[in-house]
Amino acid sequence: MYFESLSAMWHMDGHGIYVWLAYALTAIPLALTVWLPIKRIRQHWRWLEAEQRRVAPAASRTVNEAGV
Amino acid sequence: MWTIIHKMGSPPWFFRFSGTLVRWLLPITIALLLVGAVWGLLVAPPDFRQGNSYRIIYIHVPAAVVALAGYYVMALAGAVSLIWRIKMADITMRAAAPVGAVLTAIALVTGAIWGKPTWGAWWVWDARITSMLILFFLYLGVVALFEAYENKTAAARACAVLSLVGTVNIPIIYKSVDWWYSLHQPASLKLTGESAIDSSMLYPLLLMILAFYCLFALTVLLNMRAELVWAHRESSWLKQLAGGA
Repeated sequence: MYFESLSAMWHMDGHGIYVWLAYALTAIPLALTVWLPIKRIRQHWRWLEAEQRRVAPAASRTVNEAGV
Repeated sequence: MWTIIHKMGSPPWFFRFSGTLVRWLLPITIALLLVGAVWGLLVAPPDFRQGNSYRIIYIHVPAAVVALAGYYVMALAGAVSLIWRIKMADITMRAAAPVGAVLTAIALVTGAIWGKPTWGAWWVWDARITSMLILFFLYLGVVALFEAYENKTAAARACAVLSLVGTVNIPIIYKSVDWWYSLHQPASLKLTGESAIDSSMLYPLLLMILAFYCLFALTVLLNMRAELVWAHRESSWLKQLAGGA
């Protein structure tokens, strides 16, 4: 640990605002580039599962109807 | 080797393979980024000339390095899709473009923030910075061009041509600090010979570069999976997976 106190870490001899701003403006878009496709995959996957549930019972019903 | 390349072209195989890869890459990437950021921000010593502002290097350089390497990935995928008409290559190219754009934007923004306390200006029309800005527009161009076409086969071909033409810019970016008189400092990292940077600053930097490479791989894979799930929603292999069979 280079800094002696939390305020020294925050201040960084006057450069703190630049350093922390740069890190924040990196972290936010990076988090979004990871999170957005994950969200998209989940949405599509849920849609696919719902489709399968909608189709699958219908298929078994025709089998039953044919059996009766 | 050829069987792997052949398998890569198969969506069902790629979907399963990338699923396993993503599950490993996500925690590894987050861990590397956190360790690298804490090391660079809090543990590494300050620069004797620039003080603490130099700590921006731990995100600025990795973002720029991977943005450049990512362009080769995109252009190579574009070439493969153009020559062999492999659909997966086209998907790879389009998955890499937005990630590259974000990384280039990060390199430009963090560079501007670093420039203020170091050079006294947010922005200068310097060779390195201007060629990076062109890289940003090339990435955005690939994204926009694909959306502009109604016919997606023609769109993919146009994007591939644009990304291939744009590779001219990459060596210009690399060499810009040597060819032109520039405010931007020359490379501190060298593949051959001694690096002009102390090991206490070098190790966290190398760690962050590795972390950004992992992040690039992760986000490109995620984008490809998102594209595949939607493009193949009518395919039986995906229906079987979703149906729990």
